[in-house]
Amino acid sequence: MGAPVVTQDAPALPPPRLKGRGTPLRERFFRLGLWASLAVGVVFLAGLLLYVVVEAWPRLDSRIWSNFPDIIDPTNAGAQSAIMGTLWVIAFTAVYCLPTGILAAIYLEEYADPDRWWNKVIEINIQNLAAVPSIVYGILGLGVISRGLGFGQTVLTASLTLSLLVLPIVIIASREAIRAVPQSIRQASLALGATQWQTIWRQVLPAAVPGMATGSILALSRAIGEAAPLLLLGGLTFITFNPTGIQSEFTVLPIQIFNWISQSRAEFVALASAAIVILLVILLAMNSLAIWLRNRYARRW
Amino acid sequence: MSVPQQRQRTASGTPGFLKRSQPRYGEQAVKVLLVAASLVSVLTTVGIVVALIPPTRDFFAEIGIGEFLTGTEWAALFNPPEFGVLPLVGATLLITLIALVVAVPLGLGAAVYLSEYASPRTRTVFKPVLEVLAGIPTVVYGFFALKAITPFLRDHWWFDEPPQIFNALSAGFVMGIMIIPTIASLSEDAMAAVPRALRDGAFALGSSRMQVSTRVVFPAALSGIVAAVVLGISRAIGETMIVAIAAGLRPNLSWNPLEGMQTMTAFIAAAGIGDVPVGSIGYKTIFAVGSLLFVLTLVMNLISIRLVRKYREVYE
Amino acid sequence: MTTPDTSGAAGGGTRTPQVSYRQARSLAEAVFEVGGLSVFYGDHEAVRDVNMSIGDRQITAMIGPSGCGKSTVLRCFNRMNDLVPTARVHGKIHYHNEDLYGREVDPIEVRRRIGMVFQKPNPFPKSIYDNIAYGPRVGGFKGNVDDLVEETLTHAALWEEVKDKLKTSALALSGGQQQRLCIARTIAVKPEVILMDEPCSSLDPIATAKIEDLMEKLAEEFTIIVVTHNMQQAARVSHRTAFFTADVDDKGERHGRLVEYDETARIFSNPSDRRTEDYISGRFG
Repeated sequence: MGAPVVTQDAPALPPPRLKGRGTPLRERFFRLGLWASLAVGVVFLAGLLLYVVVEAWPRLDSRIWSNFPDIIDPTNAGAQSAIMGTLWVIAFTAVYCLPTGILAAIYLEEYADPDRWWNKVIEINIQNLAAVPSIVYGILGLGVISRGLGFGQTVLTASLTLSLLVLPIVIIASREAIRAVPQSIRQASLALGATQWQTIWRQVLPAAVPGMATGSILALSRAIGEAAPLLLLGGLTFITFNPTGIQSEFTVLPIQIFNWISQSRAEFVALASAAIVILLVILLAMNSLAIWLRNRYARRW
Repeated sequence: MSVPQQRQRTASGTPGFLKRSQPRYGEQAVKVLLVAASLVSVLTTVGIVVALIPPTRDFFAEIGIGEFLTGTEWAALFNPPEFGVLPLVGATLLITLIALVVAVPLGLGAAVYLSEYASPRTRTVFKPVLEVLAGIPTVVYGFFALKAITPFLRDHWWFDEPPQIFNALSAGFVMGIMIIPTIASLSEDAMAAVPRALRDGAFALGSSRMQVSTRVVFPAALSGIVAAVVLGISRAIGETMIVAIAAGLRPNLSWNPLEGMQTMTAFIAAAGIGDVPVGSIGYKTIFAVGSLLFVLTLVMNLISIRLVRKYREVYE
Repeated sequence: MTTPDTSGAAGGGTRTPQVSYRQARSLAEAVFEVGGLSVFYGDHEAVRDVNMSIGDRQITAMIGPSGCGKSTVLRCFNRMNDLVPTARVHGKIHYHNEDLYGREVDPIEVRRRIGMVFQKPNPFPKSIYDNIAYGPRVGGFKGNVDDLVEETLTHAALWEEVKDKLKTSALALSGGQQQRLCIARTIAVKPEVILMDEPCSSLDPIATAKIEDLMEKLAEEFTIIVVTHNMQQAARVSHRTAFFTADVDDKGERHGRLVEYDETARIFSNPSDRRTEDYISGRFG
C-alpha cells in the first residue's frame, strides 16, 4: 500500500489511553513491604513500652524514689541513690562536655581550613569517636581516668568518661547548628568592621543557640542511658546513699536497673521495670524539651 | 570620651592609617582556646590507645598471640585459665549477623519509604518513632529481650528444642531493632542526596515509583547505604548491655542461636563487674579483648566514613 | 539623562540641583588608585589587569554582563575577598596612597572605613535599633547610642518610617526598608566609602527609586561604588561608569576585564569601545 492519506471519512483512531490499569500488584506489595518495615518498629516500641509499664505498675509508687536499694527485701527497695546519682553524673557531664564540644565546633566551622591535614585528622577522628563502642570508653575511664589519674570510682570519673563519650555528638550537633546560620549574616557583620570573634559571639552563636541546645540535650540523654562504661568503673557497687560531691561513690539508674535484672527473685523484675519507667520519663522530659526548643526557636531565614 | 559621636581614628591619608589601631590579644586567646577544645577529641583517641596498649602488650608477653587468636576455649577468669578468644569473636559475629538480618531489610525499607513514598505528614509521624527507638537505653532493650522476647519464644516454640533462657536469638533480634534507626537515617540521608533530576528523568521515561526507587535511587545512593550498614555492624559489634543481659555470660563456641553465649563486650563488662585485681592476668585480658574490639570497630568506622565521603563528593 | 520619578521618595532633605552637582564632582581627587589588578580563585583568574581611579565623593558605577568580575573587584576594595580561602589578589589597590593589601594593613580597620551593602538585604535577626547600634558597638563606640541611632536613621531617610518600632525585629520590615536599614547600618560606622553590590537587584521599582535617591543624598558625604546590572540605574545615579566584560578562553573559562572607564555621560552617549556600545544598546549581554 502507498502512504495512507487521511481523509475526512477515514475511520478515527482510537483515543489514546491515558487511564492506567491501576497500580500493578507488585507495586502494591513493594509499598506494603516498605510500610511494614516501619510498622515493625512502631509495634516493637509500643510492645516494649506497654510491657514495661504493665510490669512496673504494682511497684510504681513513692517507694521507688524515696527508698534506697535493699538487697534483702525487694518490697522495701527503691532507687533514690540511683536517681540522685544520675542527676549528679549528668550535671557534671554537661559541665565538662558542653563548653568543650561547642568550642570545638566553633573552631571547626569558623576557623579551621578544611584542606589542612590536621583539620582533616580532627574531623575523621571525631567521626570515628562517635562510633567507638561505649565499653571502650569504659576502658579509657578505667585505665586512664580512674587508675591513671587516680580519680577512683567517683562521680568525677563517671562524668568525665561520659562527657568524652558524648563529646562527638555535641560537636557534630553544634556544627550543624552553626552551619545553618547563613553566610550573609557573617559577611554583614565583618563588613561593619567587626572582628571574627565579635561576629561569632554576637551574631553566629545567638542564632545557633537553639540548635546547639537541642543537640546538647539529645547528647546528654544518650549519656543518661549509658550503663556499659560505668560497669567498668565499678558503678555496680552496692550504694545506699546519695552522692555528696564529685568525690563520692555513686550508682546511676541504668546500672541499678541492670543490677535488679540480674537478681533471680521475681519481685526484682517489677522493681527493674519501675526504675525503667523513671528513666524513660526523665528521657521523655528531656526530649520534649529539645523538641519544644527546636520548634519554638525554629528560624526562617 | 570627649567626642562622643566620632571614635578616635587616624585620619585617612596619614602614613600607616590602615594599621591595627589597638592590639587584639583577645582574638588570639580565643583562638588558642578553641584549638585546645578541638584537641580534646584527639586526646580522647590518644587516651584510648594509651589505655589499651601497655596492658595488651603485657598480656601478649604472657599469652601467645597465636593462642589468643586461634584458641577455642575461653576461661580467662577461671583456674586453670584458657585464653582462646574465638568463642567470644564467634558469639559477637553470630549475634551481629542476626541483628543485620533484622535491621538491614527493615532499616532500608523504612529509609526508602521515608525518602521516596512518605508524605510530609507521614514523615512527621514516623521520624519521631525512629528517634525514640534510637533514644531508648540499651539496658532497657536488654531487659525486654530477656524478660519478654525470650519467654515468648520459649512458650510458642514450634520445634523440638526451645531456646535457652540466655540465647543469641533474642539478643540479636532486639539488637537488630536497636540499629534500625542508624541504618534508616543514614541511608535516608544518602537517598535524599540523590539529585531530583535523576528521579525526574526516570519518571519522565514512564518508570513507576518502585522502579525509580529500586533502579535509580537505590543504586545511586549505594555507597551511602553501604556506609550505613557498615556503621550498623560497628554498633552491633560494640553493643554491650543487650548481650550481657540477654545472651548470657558463658563462653560458648557454637553457631546455634538458641544457646547462650558470651560476646567480647559482654566479657569486658563481666570482668569489669568482677573487680579483678589490677595487674593480674584477668585484668590485662580486659584490655586485650578491648584492643581487638577497638580495632574491629575502627576498621568498620573508617570504611563507613570513607563511603560517606564518596557519595558527598559525587552529589555536593 | 533623566532623573527618576522621586514622588515616592522618603525624607525631605534639600537636594542640590543635579547638573551643577555633577559638574562639581567631576574634578574630584582620587580615593582609590587601582593598577594591574588581577584576582584569582584557586587557579582561575577571575579578573585580569584592571586599572582605574575612583574619585572622592562620587558615585562610581560598575556595569557589565554576569561573570565579568565586577563584584569580585568591588570585594577587593574592603578586603571581603579575604573570606574566600582560595582567593588571591595581585596588583595595586591604593586607598589614600596606602596599599590596601600591604603587610601591616588590618582588614578590620579597612572595613570600618570602607563599608559594604550586599545584594540581598541581610539585616541581623535583631531589632532595628540593634542593627544600627551593632557596628558602632563592635567598634568601641562610647557615646550615646540612642542619639546615634536617631541621627543615623534620619540621615538614611528612614527615621520617620521606623521611629515607633525601633525595638521590633528588622526582619519584619519590607525588602526595600530592610535594604535601606542595611545602608543606614553601614553609615552608622561613619565610613568614608560605601560599596554596594547590586543593592537593588531584589527590590521592586519603587523601593529601587528610594535607594537611588538615598545614594545621591549620601554622595554628598561618602564615596560610593555601586555594582549594578541595571544600566538605567548606572546612568541615573553615577558620575563615572566602568564597563566590564568577560573574555572566554579556549577552556571555556571566563576572565573579566575592564573595557572602558569614563564619565557616565560619555559612556552612555559616546562610548569609545565597540563592546560598550553593543552592551548599552542591548545588543549584547
